[in-house]
Amino acid sequence: MYDVIVVGGGHAGCEACHIAAKMGKKTLLVTGNIENIADMPCNPSIGGTAKGIIVREVDALGGLMGVVADKSHIQIKMLNPSKGPAVRSLRAQADKITYPKNMQKELFNTNGLEIKEAMIEDLIVNNNKVTGVITKDGEKIDGKTVILTTGTYLKGNILIGAENTPSGPHGEERSNYLSDKLKEYGLKIIRLKTGTPQRIDAKSIDFDVLQKEVGDNCYWTFSNDNLPSYKLDEQQPCYLIYTNEKTHDIIRKNLEKSAMYGGYATGVGPRYCPSIEDKIVRFSDKERHQLFLEPESLFYDDWYLQGFSTSMPRDVQELMVHSLKGLEHAVINKYAYAIEYDAIDPLQIKPSLENKILENLFTAGQINGTSGYEEAAGQGIIAGINACLKIDDKEPLILKRSDAYIGVLIDDLVTKGTIEPYRMLTSRAEFRLLLRHDNADLRLRDYAYKLGTISKDQYNRLCEKRQNIQDLIQYLKNQHLKLTDAIKKVFIDHQIDIPSASMSFYDLLKRPEITMAFIELILPIEESDEIKEQVQIEIKYEGYIKKTYKEVEKLLKLEEKEIPDDIDYTNVKNLATEARQKLAAVRPKTIAQAMRISGVNPVDISVLSVYLKKEYNSSL
Amino acid sequence: MEDTICAVATTPGIGAISIVRVTGIDAIKIVNSIFRGKNLEKMSSHSVIYGHIVFQEKVIDEVLVILMKGPKTYTTEDTVEINCHGGMNTTNKVMEVLLKNGCRLAEPGEFTKRAFLNGRINLLEAESVNDLIVAKTDASRVLALNNVDGKLTKVIQNLREKMVKLISNIEVNIDYPEYQDEVQITRDLLEKYLKEITDELHFLVSGAKSGRIVKNGINVAIIGSPNVGKSSILNHLLDEEKAIVTDIAGTTRDIVEGSISLNGVQVNFIDTAGIRDTEDVVEKIGVDKSKQMAQNADLILFVLNANNAITEEELLLLHQLDKEKVVVFINKNDLKINISLEKLNDYPIIYGNTIDVKGLDGLKAAIEEKFSLESIVNQDMCYLSNLRQIDLIEKASASIQNAWNSFQNGMDVDLVEIDIREAWEILGELIGEASPEELVDNIFSHFCLGK
Repeated sequence: MYDVIVVGGGHAGCEACHIAAKMGKKTLLVTGNIENIADMPCNPSIGGTAKGIIVREVDALGGLMGVVADKSHIQIKMLNPSKGPAVRSLRAQADKITYPKNMQKELFNTNGLEIKEAMIEDLIVNNNKVTGVITKDGEKIDGKTVILTTGTYLKGNILIGAENTPSGPHGEERSNYLSDKLKEYGLKIIRLKTGTPQRIDAKSIDFDVLQKEVGDNCYWTFSNDNLPSYKLDEQQPCYLIYTNEKTHDIIRKNLEKSAMYGGYATGVGPRYCPSIEDKIVRFSDKERHQLFLEPESLFYDDWYLQGFSTSMPRDVQELMVHSLKGLEHAVINKYAYAIEYDAIDPLQIKPSLENKILENLFTAGQINGTSGYEEAAGQGIIAGINACLKIDDKEPLILKRSDAYIGVLIDDLVTKGTIEPYRMLTSRAEFRLLLRHDNADLRLRDYAYKLGTISKDQYNRLCEKRQNIQDLIQYLKNQHLKLTDAIKKVFIDHQIDIPSASMSFYDLLKRPEITMAFIELILPIEESDEIKEQVQIEIKYEGYIKKTYKEVEKLLKLEEKEIPDDIDYTNVKNLATEARQKLAAVRPKTIAQAMRISGVNPVDISVLSVYLKKEYNSSL
Repeated sequence: MEDTICAVATTPGIGAISIVRVTGIDAIKIVNSIFRGKNLEKMSSHSVIYGHIVFQEKVIDEVLVILMKGPKTYTTEDTVEINCHGGMNTTNKVMEVLLKNGCRLAEPGEFTKRAFLNGRINLLEAESVNDLIVAKTDASRVLALNNVDGKLTKVIQNLREKMVKLISNIEVNIDYPEYQDEVQITRDLLEKYLKEITDELHFLVSGAKSGRIVKNGINVAIIGSPNVGKSSILNHLLDEEKAIVTDIAGTTRDIVEGSISLNGVQVNFIDTAGIRDTEDVVEKIGVDKSKQMAQNADLILFVLNANNAITEEELLLLHQLDKEKVVVFINKNDLKINISLEKLNDYPIIYGNTIDVKGLDGLKAAIEEKFSLESIVNQDMCYLSNLRQIDLIEKASASIQNAWNSFQNGMDVDLVEIDIREAWEILGELIGEASPEELVDNIFSHFCLGK
């Protein structure tokens, strides 16, 4: 009997099984092919806007993605470096050979984790309680909890033109029955679609005519605990490439041949990941579309043609690729394809990621309707943690929207549902000023330490960091600017107005044109760059941060107003019909969550509040 | 609810009819007591009855009364609507009669409040519920507003469109920094868009101000020493225009001495008692009190006697008042003018007296001009007359002001956006069009991105 059985070895599954074992639970990872653990079937990158911050959050919670990405990338850069601190985020070109290998090494070395190769086609279910899984061969494996992280494997169908092949990504065996079984147990299944572009042979690309994109000339790590393990000058470039009129003509002429426009596909694709034919049709006045060529690995020659995802037949893809400047003679090693798969309607999931219908069943990643390695990892770690907490009969870890992007992600999923694969965007996070790259550890490591997913050492470093931040702020408040001639000269040399009166360095730093680096020219500061950055952000953006905290406070008050699990919305009089239906479907846990459901308006909330007060004598 | 409230339900001003709405436990009884026609207490619910409003044997107006018994009414209480003939004087006279017969003047929004309070929810008791309505979240938390004028809604929609384009462009720059073909919102571009937004918002803000005036009237504080003829000014005005409401406590602690209708807009005169007692004039405390009372007024009428020289105390007080609001009125210009005007250079000055029939015409004209009353009433647009709407417009305006402040302080574009987004959300709340997915939808319908 296992404590936790994780089905699927993708990015959600890796985090889920690792963290469960780390929390001392007897854990089993079941996967169709051990060699494919932590495979990257789509883009060769980890991170990106908002996603990079999720990686930092996974790391802060004691997860693996950041640690492994740091050891496995061939280029890394900070996105939005010239914008505000809230929107900075790391993105790395991960090596598609090295990343899975390093992740596998981590898992093999995780105490209490067993790994087994098998296809799971059913669950053991008694009275709506899941107590294990059943393999394709009929073997039963008992487990107190089960976490499904099946990615695109549930009834996966690969579409290339009119061709429709039942398959997981790149030819792997798919699961034929599990989603039907889930349906039998009462779950609502939705069908989603995603796609991946061509892989081009490096030897056939004319790189000389393409625009180079290089990594940053300074060191970065995703993980709080890693030192950089790469060399700046060994980073690999990416290349920028554009479509042209000829490309567009080819696509327009052959539109009917694509799986999507020919009517061969049924799944709903994501708007943020449109196929190139979608882009041409929807933005017909655009003269060109931007594409990227990204290396997949140092160990083989495939280059990923980002932005060119399509479901056209192979012969049309040849024409399309060859119309691109620099790819006139390109050899396509892998054709682009669309993949359709089954997922569960996320409205059936609790904020803990446990299923509402089947107890002890947790789900994470694409099966919940998301897209992206990072989104998957973020859910995986939460599902793993909450499966353990469930076994111990403890309250689940539910990150708030003001705690983490992971909190925003899960709340959006379980509250709003989704009809397309969900990708995280900074614009989805209303408190993004608090959810920064630089403070993920400050936000989340207290939770992690309580859960036992980070070590005492890691926790001590967090406490020390907090102390150092406070010390530096105090120091800047205590030290005052003395306007000596030498100091005046520093201002003049940097073309900065000399303050008319003496002031604390704290107040000086509040001025828009003053940076910590400038202050260091006048005042010696001994703290690390990390601490200096933290303090600079706290001081410079104090107004906005305070304002955000006020909004958070309002929201938290409402998050405290719980709605009992057993509420029957048909008994709540005067609710609008739409609101009643939505509330019954989502079954929000708190008044605040109820407010975020579209179609539930304030009058409905008021009506609901009065009902709760009357029926449950709640404090509302 | 224990008491019965009444209010003019239609927009004050010139119109064919205006409706006085009465709701509460005694609504039917009270209206019946001033109604000549059929016995309203015996009529069936939801019927229209013709008759007259009568007070002290005098007919005030010929009216149609709509009788609605609870609970099938807006407030769920018994409700009577009196359709009067247009014009503020008649309508206000009906109001006055109702107030004298046991009704209470409704607070702003009180009808709606009662709708909540009765059987639905106790908004006042449950402060947390009140929080729900003011809390800012990403969810739709919009009360549908049917009474926002169509034209105005369009203006707001266009403005929001402009804002959301800017916001989604900034968001796209953030979420897709590698897409170099998309327009980058630089500080220069941001400044340009912010200017456009400010201009359009300004139109709404001035509309909101007019709305407030139309809704609440103009409060005029009269300040002056006892011998300057303050009370005769008041009497002269009230007598000529026929005082419409007397001795009704306003929403502030100030006492409204009387109101007149000027161009269809109500002008309330407030007596600031601060320097009534000459003994206190020299005391700062008295000055402070007047100042405080004048603070809430829209206009401060500073009355001086043409016949006397201006005193130090008067000057002291004058200089402590909000200059923008002050109009100096030199009374008794029929007498010899002894006052020296040198010290009053900075203020608009009007002359007049209370002897001639037209002695105060200049004063009235000045008030009309200062508040553009003619254009307010004549403009063919419906104002944001609801206090909540006016508040929201002012909040949106404050957010844009914050955006400017941040911009000028050199804040990054994505931070300035936070304030613009706030204004955009507030305007969405105003017209009931906010949806949690609105922004993301906009991003993907206007920009071409993704792998």
